[in-house]
Amino acid sequence: MSIVDAAGAHRAAEEAAGERVARHWPEGHGLRGWITTVDHKRIGRRYMVTAGVFFTLAGIEALVMRTQLALPEGRVVSPGVYDQLFSLHGTVMIFFFATPMLFGFGNFLLPLMVGTRDMAFPRFNAFGYWVFAAAGLFMFASLLFGVAPNAGWFAYVPLSGERYNPDLNLDVYSLGLLFLGISTTGSGINFIATALKLRAPGMTLSRVPVFVWALVVTSFMVVFALPPLNLANAMLFLDRRFGTKFFVPSGGGDALLWQHLFWLFGHPDVYIIVLPALGIVSAIVPTFSRRPIAAYPVIVLATVATGIISFGVWVHHMFAVGLPQLAMTFFSAASIVITIPAGIQIFSWLGTMLLGRVVLAVPMMWALGFVFVFVLGGVTGVMFAIVPFDQQTTDSYFVVAHFHYVLFGGAVFPIIGGVFYWWPKFTGRRTNVRAGLWSFWLVFAGFNLTFFPMHIAGLLGMPRRVYTFSPGLGWDPWNLLSTVGAYLLAVGLLVTLVTLLHSLRRGAQAPPDPWGGETLEWATSSPPRPHDFAVIPTVYSLHPLWDQLSLDSFGEESRSRLHVLDEGHDVLRTTELDAEPQRSLEMPEDTPIPFVAAFGLLIAFTSLLLGGYFAAIAGAAVFGLALMWWLWPRERPGGSGDGGPAKGGGEGSGEEGGRAGGEREGASA
Amino acid sequence: MSVTRGSKAAESKRRAAPHRRVPPTGRTPAWWGMVLFVTTEGMLFSCLLASYFYIRFSSRGPWPPGGIENPELTKPLVMTALLVSSSLPMLWADWAVRHGRTGQLKGGLALTLLLGATFLGLQGSEYKEKFEMFSWSENVYGSLFYGITGFHGTHVAVGLVMILFTIVAALRGKFSAKRHERVRLVAFYWHFVDAVWVFILFTIYLSPKL
Repeated sequence: MSIVDAAGAHRAAEEAAGERVARHWPEGHGLRGWITTVDHKRIGRRYMVTAGVFFTLAGIEALVMRTQLALPEGRVVSPGVYDQLFSLHGTVMIFFFATPMLFGFGNFLLPLMVGTRDMAFPRFNAFGYWVFAAAGLFMFASLLFGVAPNAGWFAYVPLSGERYNPDLNLDVYSLGLLFLGISTTGSGINFIATALKLRAPGMTLSRVPVFVWALVVTSFMVVFALPPLNLANAMLFLDRRFGTKFFVPSGGGDALLWQHLFWLFGHPDVYIIVLPALGIVSAIVPTFSRRPIAAYPVIVLATVATGIISFGVWVHHMFAVGLPQLAMTFFSAASIVITIPAGIQIFSWLGTMLLGRVVLAVPMMWALGFVFVFVLGGVTGVMFAIVPFDQQTTDSYFVVAHFHYVLFGGAVFPIIGGVFYWWPKFTGRRTNVRAGLWSFWLVFAGFNLTFFPMHIAGLLGMPRRVYTFSPGLGWDPWNLLSTVGAYLLAVGLLVTLVTLLHSLRRGAQAPPDPWGGETLEWATSSPPRPHDFAVIPTVYSLHPLWDQLSLDSFGEESRSRLHVLDEGHDVLRTTELDAEPQRSLEMPEDTPIPFVAAFGLLIAFTSLLLGGYFAAIAGAAVFGLALMWWLWPRERPGGSGDGGPAKGGGEGSGEEGGRAGGEREGASA
Repeated sequence: MSVTRGSKAAESKRRAAPHRRVPPTGRTPAWWGMVLFVTTEGMLFSCLLASYFYIRFSSRGPWPPGGIENPELTKPLVMTALLVSSSLPMLWADWAVRHGRTGQLKGGLALTLLLGATFLGLQGSEYKEKFEMFSWSENVYGSLFYGITGFHGTHVAVGLVMILFTIVAALRGKFSAKRHERVRLVAFYWHFVDAVWVFILFTIYLSPKL
C-alpha cells in the first residue's frame, strides 16, 4: 500500500492506531475543561485570540491618536490622555500583541511541525498563557483608572522616575512587564526543550523546518535578552517605590544605565518579533512556489546570525545621547552588518519563487506584500545605522514611519498571512478567497497611505509623540493623508476579521491538507485531534509530506510501539542533534494548578502595585504552594511504574534500552 | 595478590558490560528546562554585576561614595567557605541517590541545608551591621550593595526551600536509583547559586581593594 499524499498519510495512521491512542488523550469540556486544559492547540489558539484582542484595543488607541492629528490644533483628547494612549499603544503592540501572537503560532504549530503530541512542559505552557492574560488585564485595567503608562514604550528616566511621574502609571508599566516576563521566558524555554527533545525520529537538525528554527533562535534570544529588561524594571520599581538610587543622579545613580539595559533588551526584541514572522514567510513561500525553500542551510545560518548579531547593535538607539565616538562607530558598523543576514533571507524567498511555480493564493499575497514593505523598512533601517543621519532624524516621525514598516510590515503582514495559511488547521474551516484578497489589498493600501507620509512629515521636522501641532509648518497634508490611511487600514483589518469570523460559521470544511503543504502539520486532521498524530512518522527529508519514504512511514511505523505509544498519555523522546528515538515520555494531563499559580501571581503583583505588601506576600505564597503541589513527585494513575513492562523499547536493540531505563518517566513541568 | 585484584577488576568490568551496550538515554526535557532557566538567571546576575561596574567606573570621586567604608572581609570569606563547601554534600547526595543509597541522600541534603541556612544567618548579621552604616536609599552604592546581595540571598532562600522539599520527598521514599532526576535538578540550581556568590564576592568585597 503506497500513500500518495498528506491526507492519505493521516488516514492510514488514524485507521491503524487512532482509537488506541485517542483513549489516552481525552479532551476536557465545559468551564472546567476550559480552565484545566494543557493541550498545546487550545492554548495556542487562546494565545492568538487574546493577542488579537489586545491588537484591536491598541489599534483603537492608534485611531484616536490619528484622529487627533488629522488637522492642526486637534482637541480630541487632552495631552495627558494622549501620553497614555501612545505609551500604552507601543507597550501593548510590542509586548502584549506581537510576541504572544507569534508564540501562539508557535504553541499551536511547533509540536505539529516536529511531529509530536504536545509541548515539552504542557502545564508550564498553560501557566504561561494565564500569566500573559493576567498581565494584559493588569496593563489595560490601568487605562480605566487613568494610570496607564505615560512615558513612552521605553520609559526613559528621569521622566519615568518618581520625581516627574509620582502617580502609579509607571509602576503599572514596570510591574506589568515583570509579570509578563515570567510568561515569555517560560514559553521560550518550553519551545527550546520541545524542539530539542520531541522531534520525530529522523528529523535531524538539517531537516527542521525554518519556522521551527526561527522560533528556537527567538527563544534563545528571549532567554538572554529578557533579563536586562526585567532587571531595569525591577530597579525602576525599587527607585520609585522604595527610594533606591539606581537611576537617580543626585544619589550617584546613572540615568543612562536605564537606556543601556533597556536597549540591550530592546534591539534583540525587534528580532524576537520579526524572526518568527520571517519563519512564517519561510513556511508560506515554499508551499505556494511548489518547491522546497532555496538555500535552506544559508537561511538557517542567517537566522542564527541575526540572533547573535542583534545583541551587538543596541547603542544605535542611543546615537543622540552623547556617547564616545568610538563606541558609536562600532555599533554603527554592527548595525550595518546585521542587514546582511536579513538580505540573505529575502534573496532566499525570491530564489524560491524564481525557481518554483508561484501560486497567488491569499497567504502568498500577504507574503509578497510583506517582502515589499519589509524591504522599504529595511532601507530606512540602514539609514539609521549611519550616525550623522540618525542624529538628524532621531525622535522624529521618520523613526515612527521606519519602525511601523519594520514591525507592521515585518510582523503583522506575515501574521495575517499565517492566519490565512493555517486557518484551516486552526479551525477546520476554509476562508473565502475573494474576501481574503479584498482584505489584503485594503490593508496594503491603508498601511502605505498611513505610514509612508510619516517619512516626509519626519524629514520636515515633525517630532514623534506630539499631541498636536501648529498649522503652517508644512506638516498638515501629510498628517491628513496618514489619518485617512489609518481609517482605510482599519477598514481593511475589519474586513479581515469579518472574513475570518464568517468562515467560522459558513466556511467550507477543510481537508487535512488544503494547500499541498510540505511540513508535518498537514498530515493531521483539520483541526487536529487531541493526540495530533496517531502514528509518529519517521522523517526522511526537509519536506516530509513531499517525499514517499516519510509518507509511507505513517502506515509502516504503526507496527512500532515507539511510534504509536498507545499505552498512555505519551510522547516520544529523541536525541537533540540526530533525533534518534530514545524512549517514551509520559505527559501530564489536565490540571487547574497552572491557573491557580497564575492567579496567585496576579494577586501578588496587584497588591504590590497598590502597596499592600502583606497581601503581596500572601499571593506569592499561593504561587509557591501551587508550585510545590505541582512539582511533588507522584505516581501517575495508570503509570506502569518500576515493575511495569518495558516501554521504551521499539524493535531490536532499542528494547534493551527501554528496559534498562526502567520506568516510563514523567515530565516534570 | 595483585593477580587477584586484577581479576576482581576484570570481573566487575564484565558485570558492568551489559549496561554499556545500552544506548545512552540522553538528557531529558526537564534537564534542558533547568539548564535554560539557570542560563537566563545567569544573564540576570551578569547584568546586575555589569550595572555595578558601569556605575562605579562612570562615577567620579572615591568608591564607595558618600563616606561609606570598604566592606570588611572576614565575615564574607567565612560565608564564601560555607556556601562553596555546601556544594560537596550536594554532589554526595546526587551520587548517593543514583546508587540507590537513599539514607546518604537524606544526609547529604540535610548537610547542604544546614550550610546554606548558616550562610543566610551570617548574611542577616552582616546586614544588621551594615544597616547601622548605610541603607539602600542612602546612595547608589547602598542600592547596589543591598540589591545584589539581597537578590542573591533570595536565591539562596529559594534554593533552601527546594532542598527542604526534596528532603521531605526523600523521607516519603519518592527517590530511588531509577527515579532521581529531581535531585539532580535541585543540585544544578544549588551549584549555580554557589557559583554566583563567588562572582558577587569578587565584585562587592574584593574588587574595591584592587
